[in-house]
Amino acid sequence: MSDVVEKTLTALPGLFESQTGAAKITNRLRQLIKSITELTSKHEEENLIKRELSAIKEQVSSPNTTMKQMREIMVRAMYCEMLGYDASFTYIHAIKLAQQGGVLEKRVGYLAVSLFLNEGHELLLLLVNTVLKDLQSTNLIEVCMALTVVAQVFPKDMIPAVLPLVEDKLSHPKEIIRRKAVLALYKFYLIAPNQVQHIHAKFCKALSDKDPGVMASSLHIYLQLIRESPDSYKDLTGSFVTILKQVLGGKLPVDFNYHSVPAPWLQIQLLRILSLLGKEDQSTSELMYEVLDESLRRAEMNHNITYAILYECVKAVYTIHPKAELLEKAARCIGNFVLSPKINLKYLGLKALTYVVQHDAKLALQHQMTIIECLDHSDFTIKRETLELLFRITNAQNVTVIVEKMLDFLCYVPIKTLTFAPDNSWFIQTMNDVFSIGGDLLQQDDPNNFLRLLAEGKPEEDDQLRLYAVESYLTVLKGHTSHLPQCFLQVMSWVLGEYAHLQESVDRREVIRLLTQLLDQRSVSSETRVWILSALTKIPEGQTDLILDLAESLSSSQDTVLRQQAQELRHLSQDSQLREWVLVENSCAVDSSLSFLDGFVSEALAAGAAPYKPPHQRQEELSLNLEPYSFSLPVSLSSCSITDRQSPTLLSVSSGLSGNSAELSTLILEGVKRVWGKDGYLPQKEATAPPVDEPSAAVQPASQQEAAERIEPRPEPSTQNQDKQQLASSLFVGLGVGSSVSLVRKLFYDGFTASLRGNVMDCLEARSTSVCHYALLMDDPHTNVSLTGTVSYQTQPGHTNTLPFSGTLSTADFIRPLVVTTEEYGKLWLSLSHDVKQNLKLLTDAGDPLRTTLNALKDALQLHVVDIIGSEGIVACRLLSGAPCLLHCRVNGAALAMWLRSPHPALPDFILYHCQRALAHH
Amino acid sequence: MQFMLLFSRQGKLRLQKWYVPLCDKEKKKITRELVQTVLARKPKMCSFLEWRDLKIVYKRYASLYFCCAIEDQDNELITLEIIHRYVELLDKYFGSVCELDIIFNFEKAYFILDEFLLGGEAQETSKKNVLKAIEQADLLIDTATTQSTLTVASEPDSNTLATIQNTVSTA
Repeated sequence: MSDVVEKTLTALPGLFESQTGAAKITNRLRQLIKSITELTSKHEEENLIKRELSAIKEQVSSPNTTMKQMREIMVRAMYCEMLGYDASFTYIHAIKLAQQGGVLEKRVGYLAVSLFLNEGHELLLLLVNTVLKDLQSTNLIEVCMALTVVAQVFPKDMIPAVLPLVEDKLSHPKEIIRRKAVLALYKFYLIAPNQVQHIHAKFCKALSDKDPGVMASSLHIYLQLIRESPDSYKDLTGSFVTILKQVLGGKLPVDFNYHSVPAPWLQIQLLRILSLLGKEDQSTSELMYEVLDESLRRAEMNHNITYAILYECVKAVYTIHPKAELLEKAARCIGNFVLSPKINLKYLGLKALTYVVQHDAKLALQHQMTIIECLDHSDFTIKRETLELLFRITNAQNVTVIVEKMLDFLCYVPIKTLTFAPDNSWFIQTMNDVFSIGGDLLQQDDPNNFLRLLAEGKPEEDDQLRLYAVESYLTVLKGHTSHLPQCFLQVMSWVLGEYAHLQESVDRREVIRLLTQLLDQRSVSSETRVWILSALTKIPEGQTDLILDLAESLSSSQDTVLRQQAQELRHLSQDSQLREWVLVENSCAVDSSLSFLDGFVSEALAAGAAPYKPPHQRQEELSLNLEPYSFSLPVSLSSCSITDRQSPTLLSVSSGLSGNSAELSTLILEGVKRVWGKDGYLPQKEATAPPVDEPSAAVQPASQQEAAERIEPRPEPSTQNQDKQQLASSLFVGLGVGSSVSLVRKLFYDGFTASLRGNVMDCLEARSTSVCHYALLMDDPHTNVSLTGTVSYQTQPGHTNTLPFSGTLSTADFIRPLVVTTEEYGKLWLSLSHDVKQNLKLLTDAGDPLRTTLNALKDALQLHVVDIIGSEGIVACRLLSGAPCLLHCRVNGAALAMWLRSPHPALPDFILYHCQRALAHH
Repeated sequence: MQFMLLFSRQGKLRLQKWYVPLCDKEKKKITRELVQTVLARKPKMCSFLEWRDLKIVYKRYASLYFCCAIEDQDNELITLEIIHRYVELLDKYFGSVCELDIIFNFEKAYFILDEFLLGGEAQETSKKNVLKAIEQADLLIDTATTQSTLTVASEPDSNTLATIQNTVSTA
């Protein structure tokens, strides 16, 4: 009560005086605003504000202007500034107003100061005395205003002047003053940490303040302090936990509830603090498990605010020392976020996932389809967060795809992904976009890879692609070229030099003219000029006049490299024999076996040199190798699980090769998806893979042929969203590496990724044929798995021929009967956990429907019918050297009620699917 | 929080509060860029934006956009609720607040904001306490002058923020 009286008394004079003036005051501002809204053009507004500002200027400099008028002027000045006009001449008057005005004017004056001036503004120094005076005022409102302005803008150097006063306010009887003082100190701490070091004890008092507002404010400081040195505040963990418990228990006044959630801001601050304290500290973390658990449990209500708390909670759970139970709950929470139809929550889910995958990459796998969908989301924010997430799960196997995704985003190319290039022209066009927009930001490898892709394709297959490239580049070069990035120009000149001759209709003179034009451009770098000249060199002869002109003009160039090239160009164009000798057509054939060195090698060997050993072999010799020698499986092996090495023959891929002998060299089980289209990247990738069998090839006689087989299990998802699933499999490949079997299963549960594993069983050598056997196992069932591979062989050193082959396998191919007795079946049944029930069609065409149906299934799927009793039948099967699956069938009216159980979560579904198909086809 | 901006659907700035020291030129540039970006977003898009190294959290109430910039480690959802609480405060103070209230009494909107957020951090989250503080200071202001007949033509929207706000809170 006394406060109110006090305030009213101080305000009295102001109240009386302002009766008449105030109406006028608001009218002026109102008029200004009104006239502005009536204006139609920016220009008119400018004029109006200019007039207004000059009126203000006149008024503020007039000695007759009262403080009240000044207050009104200041509001107008703020308005003008907000509209973006400079009213800096009023700044000093704002300070004056805060200094000399009554409480009313002061309030506006302080507001104007905090809006107009920055921390570093020199005029702020003039405010210090006013602040000091007001801090000592007996009027609470004045103290509040002073503290508010101090907490917003205050010159760093002047902190010591006000610090003792602000400090005193920490023990002020009014909570609003204590609260503002705490925040002012927080501000001081942020701009000059060492100046408030001595008052840490007082912060502690603020933390235990009886007013929740003051306590909550002190958490800002603690969050900052703990962020900087968590170790110094471990002893406070208990207090923070207690506070959070009290908040959760509803011990705070209801005023602090927000949509019936108790003090959410406070909760979030506390959760942040706890996560910092518990980070990498098991014993501290243990103190907070309980309260975190409660937090997760309490936040049930379906409102944004509870999600905000949950999100913070999940982050805390993943930051502190892990506890399985909490992690599980938190992971479920993230799932709710990610799957939420509300886009804000989805975003938060992705963000949480991004944070969490750093600790546990496998979590992303559960949500792969959602992630894929988000990648195509129309909202760039979602897209970008998804890319961030992908970036975190990048590994050796999915890097190409992910990087591509990022490139797409970077270029805003409205394409799903380059992975599934539908045709050549599209591919070239897309690459044009990438080059011209991404331009010189691209890594050096991108253009190089692209060129290699063009160059290394087989002539007949990829001429189409090259033609498109040539055509499209000619079009590009005919347009404006000055804005194109250098790397794109280089790519274009290389392609034109190399392949322009493929296009019959193209006039070579036109090509030369376009390239020469580029040379003349000032924006073209000297590196690019070299590329262009090389291209010109490659264009077949016939246009000697043009070339000679060019060489002539370049011979006086300041760049010695260019001069030299021009010289070469001149000679080559004049001497066609020399030209033919230097520029062999298709000169990019690379002798990867280095056979031209054979003579040198044999000489060296004869002279007693040690035979060549590849680096990995040298390594092995240095250390004891306790592992049995394995087949040389390249890196991508990690994508298939090699948990179980028993390998019964299931399938033999035999490839008849005509030749003397064939030698099996590698078996690559690649989880990586094809990257470009059919005509694109894949063949190149294989061609560029290191020749694994190099040493033997070098040693063996040239006539000997070499065959290499690669088997690449490729998932053939049964659902429609093939694109997405393919993408999913290429994005999420390799995430299960090194994890336990169950996690690998999780990885494949959705049926995106096949996990066949194979082993070379034997290799029959004969004079003209070679038969290679592979055993393939299916770890995780899929409806269909397609198998692709290549056989490569050498007809002569340096010339590798490649034959692709492919086939499709279904789960049914991997099902084998499981022979058990009825008792064993009963025992096994009880021990299995994953079950599926479904009604199937009953075959009623002949005799006993149940028996007929089961026999049909048995024939189709190699099941073992264990027993048939009355209207029930039990059937057993297993995945080849894998999980069993038990089927319990009962005649139910006109249908067959089938109940499947298996230890493998996905297997029953697949078996059921095949049963349905078998019965449908019967 | 780094700053808060209020602007209309037409892109007119209605309120700006900067919690980090920036020069005027920079402020103008940021404002221009952000207003453009936010206005270009479709209604079904999410309320968050990654912008430079900051997160922008925005929400539209009737004709007004409320837009906050926070750091990456901050919680977007709670920022959204900060905006909402601010709207609730404005609504309670003005009684069914609309854009016009904020235009004509922008200094009051600032006062309320200063009681709610201080130096970019939540100062007082209890609605009652914030309004109490404002009312106490307002006791000093002549109430007779603030007329309630706000009839201004055309541009600013007089739909109350509360109508939107209510639908939001029931949703």
